[in-house]
Amino acid sequence: MEVLQLLISGMANGCVYGLVALGFVLIYKATEAVNFAQGDFMMLGAFVTLGLVNPEFMGIPFWLALPLVFVIMGVFGYLLDLVVLRAVFGQNQVAVIILTIALGFILRFSAGLIWGHEPMSLHSPLALGDVRLGDLVLGMADVAIIITTFLLTLALWQFFQRTKIGLAMQAASQNQMAAYYMGIPVKRVQGMVWALAGIVAAVAGILYASKGAIDPNAGFIGIKAFAAAVIGGFGSLPGALLGGLIVGIIEPFAARYLPAGWSQIAPYALLIAVLLFRPHGLFAQVRVKKV
Amino acid sequence: MRIHFKTSYDDDIRLFEDGWKLSLYAALLALMVALPWLIDDFYLGEATNVLIWATCGLGLMLLTGQTGQASLGHSAFMALGCYTTVLLMEAGVPFVLSFPLAGVLTGIVGGLIAIPALKLHGVYLAIATLALAILTDDLIVMLEPWTGGVGGKFAPPITIFGLEVNRWSSPAAWYYMALVVVLVVTLFYRNLLRAPMGRAFAAVRDSEISAQAMGVNLARTKTIAFGMSAGITGLGGALMGLFAEVFNNETFTFILSIQLLMMIVVGGLGFIHGAFLGAIVISFLPQALSIVTDGIGSNVAIPGLEIGVFGVIMILFILFEPMGLYGRWLKIRTFFQLFPFARKDMFRRQKSYLKTERLR
Repeated sequence: MEVLQLLISGMANGCVYGLVALGFVLIYKATEAVNFAQGDFMMLGAFVTLGLVNPEFMGIPFWLALPLVFVIMGVFGYLLDLVVLRAVFGQNQVAVIILTIALGFILRFSAGLIWGHEPMSLHSPLALGDVRLGDLVLGMADVAIIITTFLLTLALWQFFQRTKIGLAMQAASQNQMAAYYMGIPVKRVQGMVWALAGIVAAVAGILYASKGAIDPNAGFIGIKAFAAAVIGGFGSLPGALLGGLIVGIIEPFAARYLPAGWSQIAPYALLIAVLLFRPHGLFAQVRVKKV
Repeated sequence: MRIHFKTSYDDDIRLFEDGWKLSLYAALLALMVALPWLIDDFYLGEATNVLIWATCGLGLMLLTGQTGQASLGHSAFMALGCYTTVLLMEAGVPFVLSFPLAGVLTGIVGGLIAIPALKLHGVYLAIATLALAILTDDLIVMLEPWTGGVGGKFAPPITIFGLEVNRWSSPAAWYYMALVVVLVVTLFYRNLLRAPMGRAFAAVRDSEISAQAMGVNLARTKTIAFGMSAGITGLGGALMGLFAEVFNNETFTFILSIQLLMMIVVGGLGFIHGAFLGAIVISFLPQALSIVTDGIGSNVAIPGLEIGVFGVIMILFILFEPMGLYGRWLKIRTFFQLFPFARKDMFRRQKSYLKTERLR
């Protein structure tokens, strides 16, 4: 019973990691850049929702605010790409890494200025309390998180595999020049990916905030999401979710069965182990080009 | 404008281009040596801080600026250098021996870590090194018997050949110690750049494929670069910990390595001067900010202001001056040297179209 309990809470955590990792993977898949600020995007999404929904701020009903949040975060992502990231288009990847890290700092700082540094909780309809099944205590928020995440991953996966624009995104990443020749508006496609990543981050943020309090430093879970994305193989959407689940599940088990301190290093130790033995993750997307 | 008429191959790799350059740097050195008589103890401490940051920056510059590998894990090497030095000193090894020994040890560990890490490219390397930095933070806590854990460690008193070096009672001695370390590191760096190994570093940075075609052993070159970089950063980290006098896992969080990376970008990636300019910026930014906030009259400390402002500076640099402060200086200098003939396009960077790293 205890194992099952740990498993479910681990899965719910893992789904949030997985969703943030999904944001990394989306952007990586389509622009070959890594958004080190994705965790802070998530934090921002949660705070925007909080600002709209919570009675002490605007007090809009949750389901009404939801589309608004998606629009705000989508526009935010698109504008960010338009104003900041397009300027480093065609430059070294290191530039993008540093740029997004700096963006994360700024987001954290601004969120602290606007909403303060105290942890706040979101008035979310997902925080329904617990359901008891025999010895098992199920948080409804946990269940909602797991279901939402699976549906979203499936939808995004299909989006990349089947729709025209999803394929255009993949093409733009694999070879920008060739994509231009094929008539794909590469820059606009990249902007759309950033918008999409903003929306996914908003979903992750809302789910994260439904589980507990949120503060400007919540974005640091982005680092665990990194581990998740790399373990799953950067560039694979189901891989990101799987990686998130692995990281999420390892944590509570390491905390329960291993000496103190191990649960904190377990995700990173696993990350390094994966990088050593399968450098491109469990769902490797790297194929050596035959010359 | 001075025209160099080169008559031998040595002209290309001389340490100083000509007598004028030599005298400029000699004057700078003289100024640095005379500094304790020119400024008071507080600013001398700040100058020491700049030198320490510059040492760390040079270490990362060697890896990121010269060899083109981004590392977000250099705080791990700073911690390693610092703890090794202090542990050796506590074991009775004199400082003059334990300090370089710590550098060498850190370098070896860095090289060992590099062997698997360098199978990774670009983003993957950045993430792996970031994980390393976070692991180090947690490991320091877990290895409490040696590292003192969260409680931290006090730096033992430093004596160099019977002369005590203390931050408070003899700030000038501390300053000179840092100055000597920076000088040695800079000379090493400068000489490395004109040696075959340094050329190989630059070749790897500019194009791995062409470097391979020219007979550069990629794995070996990157490993050596990583090791040397880790060693130098370890020395810087040791100085930083000793200068702070008390240090624990919080002293060396991964934020430190991000700051380090940002510092060398602000200064100018790939230039020795860049490490120093970046160090000046990062050391004086907190002071400048507190002066500004005092000037506005708000006594309320805004948490995270420093790092937020740093982020803004960073983005502005990446967008408008990717070559950093030193690059800006180069542009201004070139403008005056060539006076009517300087063109805007002279420094334009070649844009490249991205191809996926997943199909190699």
